[in-house]
Amino acid sequence: MSYLEYQVKYVPSGFRKLLHLNWPIIFLITAVSGFGFLMLFSVAGGSMTPWVTPQVQRFGLGLSVMLFMAMVPIWFWRNMAVVAYVISLVLLVAVDFVGIERNGSQRWLDLGPMDLQPSELMKIALIMLLAAYYDWLPLNKVSKPLWIIVPLLFIAAPAYLVLSQPDLGTTILLVSGGGAIMFLAGVHWAYFATVIAGAVGLVTAVFQSRGTAWQILKDYQYRRIDTFIDPTQDPLGAGYHITQAKIALGSGGWTGRGFMQGTQSRLNFLPEKHTDFIFTTLAEEFGFVGAFGLLILYTLIIIFCVMSAISNKDRFASLVTMGVAVTFFLFFAVNMAMVMGLAPVVGVPLPLVSYGGSAMLVLMVAFGLMQSAHVHKPR
Amino acid sequence: MKRGPKETEEGARRMSRRAILLGTAQLGLVGILGARMGTLQVDQADEFRMLAEENRINIGLIPPARGLVYDSNGVVLADNEQHYTITMTREGAGDVDEVLARLNRIVPIAPEQLEKARTELKERSPFVPVTVAQRISWEDVARVTVNAPALPGVVAELGRSRIYPQGADMAHVVGYVGPVSDYDLSRIEDQDPLLQIPRFQIGKTMVENRLERELRGSAGTKRIEVNAAGRVMRELDRQEGTPGADVQLTVDARLQNYIQARLDGESAAAVVIDVTNGDIKGIGSAPTYDPNVFVRGISVALWDELNEREIETRLHRRPLAAKTVQGTYPPGSTFKMVTALAALEDGVVTADETVRCVGHSEVFDVRFHCWRRSGHGNMNLNESLKQSCDVYYYEISQRVGIDKIAAMGRKLGLGERHDLPMSAIRSGIMPDKEWKREARDEEWRVGDTVNASIGQGYVATSPLQLAVMTARIATGRAVKPRLVRSIDGVEQPSGAGESLGLNENNLRRIRRAMFDVSNNSRGTAYRARIAEERFKMAGKTGTSQVRAIARDENGNVITRNSDLPWEARDHALYVAFAPAENPKYAVAIVVEHGGGGSTAAAPIARDILLQAQYEGTPPLSAYPSAVRGQIAEQQRRLSPLIRDIQPGRTTEET
Repeated sequence: MSYLEYQVKYVPSGFRKLLHLNWPIIFLITAVSGFGFLMLFSVAGGSMTPWVTPQVQRFGLGLSVMLFMAMVPIWFWRNMAVVAYVISLVLLVAVDFVGIERNGSQRWLDLGPMDLQPSELMKIALIMLLAAYYDWLPLNKVSKPLWIIVPLLFIAAPAYLVLSQPDLGTTILLVSGGGAIMFLAGVHWAYFATVIAGAVGLVTAVFQSRGTAWQILKDYQYRRIDTFIDPTQDPLGAGYHITQAKIALGSGGWTGRGFMQGTQSRLNFLPEKHTDFIFTTLAEEFGFVGAFGLLILYTLIIIFCVMSAISNKDRFASLVTMGVAVTFFLFFAVNMAMVMGLAPVVGVPLPLVSYGGSAMLVLMVAFGLMQSAHVHKPR
Repeated sequence: MKRGPKETEEGARRMSRRAILLGTAQLGLVGILGARMGTLQVDQADEFRMLAEENRINIGLIPPARGLVYDSNGVVLADNEQHYTITMTREGAGDVDEVLARLNRIVPIAPEQLEKARTELKERSPFVPVTVAQRISWEDVARVTVNAPALPGVVAELGRSRIYPQGADMAHVVGYVGPVSDYDLSRIEDQDPLLQIPRFQIGKTMVENRLERELRGSAGTKRIEVNAAGRVMRELDRQEGTPGADVQLTVDARLQNYIQARLDGESAAAVVIDVTNGDIKGIGSAPTYDPNVFVRGISVALWDELNEREIETRLHRRPLAAKTVQGTYPPGSTFKMVTALAALEDGVVTADETVRCVGHSEVFDVRFHCWRRSGHGNMNLNESLKQSCDVYYYEISQRVGIDKIAAMGRKLGLGERHDLPMSAIRSGIMPDKEWKREARDEEWRVGDTVNASIGQGYVATSPLQLAVMTARIATGRAVKPRLVRSIDGVEQPSGAGESLGLNENNLRRIRRAMFDVSNNSRGTAYRARIAEERFKMAGKTGTSQVRAIARDENGNVITRNSDLPWEARDHALYVAFAPAENPKYAVAIVVEHGGGGSTAAAPIARDILLQAQYEGTPPLSAYPSAVRGQIAEQQRRLSPLIRDIQPGRTTEET
């Protein structure tokens, strides 16, 4: 069903749209961001600078952007999908040539007053493009090999560019998010089964071959993989951070050591304590209660998104909503798994909590799309 | 693209199914995350809490205050001085060079010290305080404090360091401290963590070294919170350690000061013992050095000078050696009491028996000379000691034999390592037949006995041993030298000693002869006698050869020491006790290459004994009238070296 068939008179118009916003999600987003302000205040040693003030401003800006996007009908955004994707791709290519390098990876474009991270834009653009693609594609063609190749290319192009920056975290998010949309669009089980089986087979082959005559990788590459998977093997390098993060989490106990009382973060034992590892500070100072509380807030956001997607009869709107939900889920799941030592450290921020302008704005744009879909759903 | 309602229905249904599936999968993963949180934060919380505490808390050591060393009257010999150190941190300073330049304008700093600080500031972590200047006066500290705004990162810290208020006087007794070296760590089995503190000061020699355990005390601890980079954030709590025990020596700082002044210019040693309890009242060695330079860090030039790097070995005067216990010398004629007592006790000779001295004695065709070539004539015990006739002892020593002489020598404390808390104490040699077999793999010969009888040949004694010998002759008891009176207020055992079991008549005859040495007009030390009746001394001169007979270019034997170069002259020795009637002090003097005992050593013993008995500068009336003018001149000469030392108070260096 495309927008031409909408009975436009049933769609709210003007300020009445505000009533049809998905308010629970807005409250949840604000609550999580509030948690983030609190933690940034704490890791700055009880100060609004240098992190809380800019973060609050970005949140305000993001909230306005989200509300604005929510007011714009969802079909407009669908028509913008290709444009958004092409612009993002061009910017990604531009990063390769004129990007700013920080900490050994070239991810940013200097736009004068602010730095832009095109890979963040791409997360949304890719979701929009894939959703639009499957909205356009007749259902009976969804599982045809030729029509599978096209979305795979859509995913592979930005994934390759981002990986070469290098930015493994975002690559994983892009590939998983894209794959999730293909799955939701109804691509046949067999493809996913084949890919998973192939991946498992390849990994098994790589590891099984180790130490044998037909060893696939070089020894040093294996050792790199070892420390990547299990950082504790390198206790003074990569393992140091993950060990300290676990100590911070664990020492929080049930109720935490108290606001601004976390010794691990206050005494700088934690790395990147205001960005990727901010969850450890939260867990240290608010304990299991605080950490699990945040997890519940995140889960509620996902649940509301899934409910909105299921109740939406518009295919594009529904796919976009699910895409946003999956991306959001991947953000916090990868981040938490990472700091809790369940997954390798790949550099994914904790959504809405970690300090960072690009991530915050992109998430608000994503929720703006989701809200637009929610407001303008066919009734 | 248009779709039929049926297709739309089908698509939406499939999508809802898959959305629910995906949502469920996500919930499952959330469950895993939640479970992991539970494991880390609930199940293993205690373990991680402990690790977090270990992370942040360091145990720091608080060095204890080192025990002080006092003299017998409570005069401080080794003190702990508070001093200011200027430190600086890189992060505090910002522009290190600029701040150092400013600091240098306010407090002049030696260029090499400045360079060292600059290098260290570059190499250390930015928050580690680096010492820029040490031993800063209070005025300079005040100037730095006033200018604090212009000197970011600069802090004046209060520190403690050792100071020896008596300077060079006590160097050979108290010694000095210095920072623990790798060599020290490898040598001592001590597990005290204090030794791991950088630049922690421990005793290097003498009392400071030998009583290290008592003086050091035990460390306190403080728990400090540090951050990941090791920066100290705050102190959580502290537990003070135990300061080191104070040590009181038997030495009298005023007497010691006089001894060092009197020995000044010579290469000599003097030991004064209180014969009633073995207390060492003075134990001086010259030349000496200022121990404070070792605490502050000695310059290479001064170190070379003290080690006499530029000087020929035979001309060495060894300022770093405590000759009182580390130097051994042939005792010469001061040994004659030992030979005489051995013979008297054995009964091979009586006090009145005479031996004829013709200036030499033949022993198996070898001619042994008396120091007086013309001979002394008939000599009995008293005359032989008084005039120091050698032939008499050649004769009686052959009668009694070396083993009995050596036994008497050991009884009187020779050849024994008197264990005082001093460094590198030597036991000397009290030779006998067995000793020669073992040490030289040769048989003892009669000639050896003859040589030993007058304290030559193999006999080697330290000034301390000679003083102990004299004290034992004066009292007839096994006086044991004692340098430490009390540790931490606990009195150490007295050295008065038990009776030696010698015949009192024999001892009296020896003492009488020694009295005559000093007070009979024919005595060898008559010119160095004490006139004051109450304080008269009894002694014995000694002149020990350090060479074979010297001849001048014409082949004539040189007998006058003053005609010889310094290093070939005889050692001058003198042992004495006073008052002669009721002995209180025993003294032994050795002047290296001083010439004759009667002229070089006896006057020193006289002056020191008078100083000890008067407890200060003696009046000229204590001296024979013939030498009073000379003594007055000497007292004037020494007065700049004599410091006003008040009992029980610290004194400033002059």
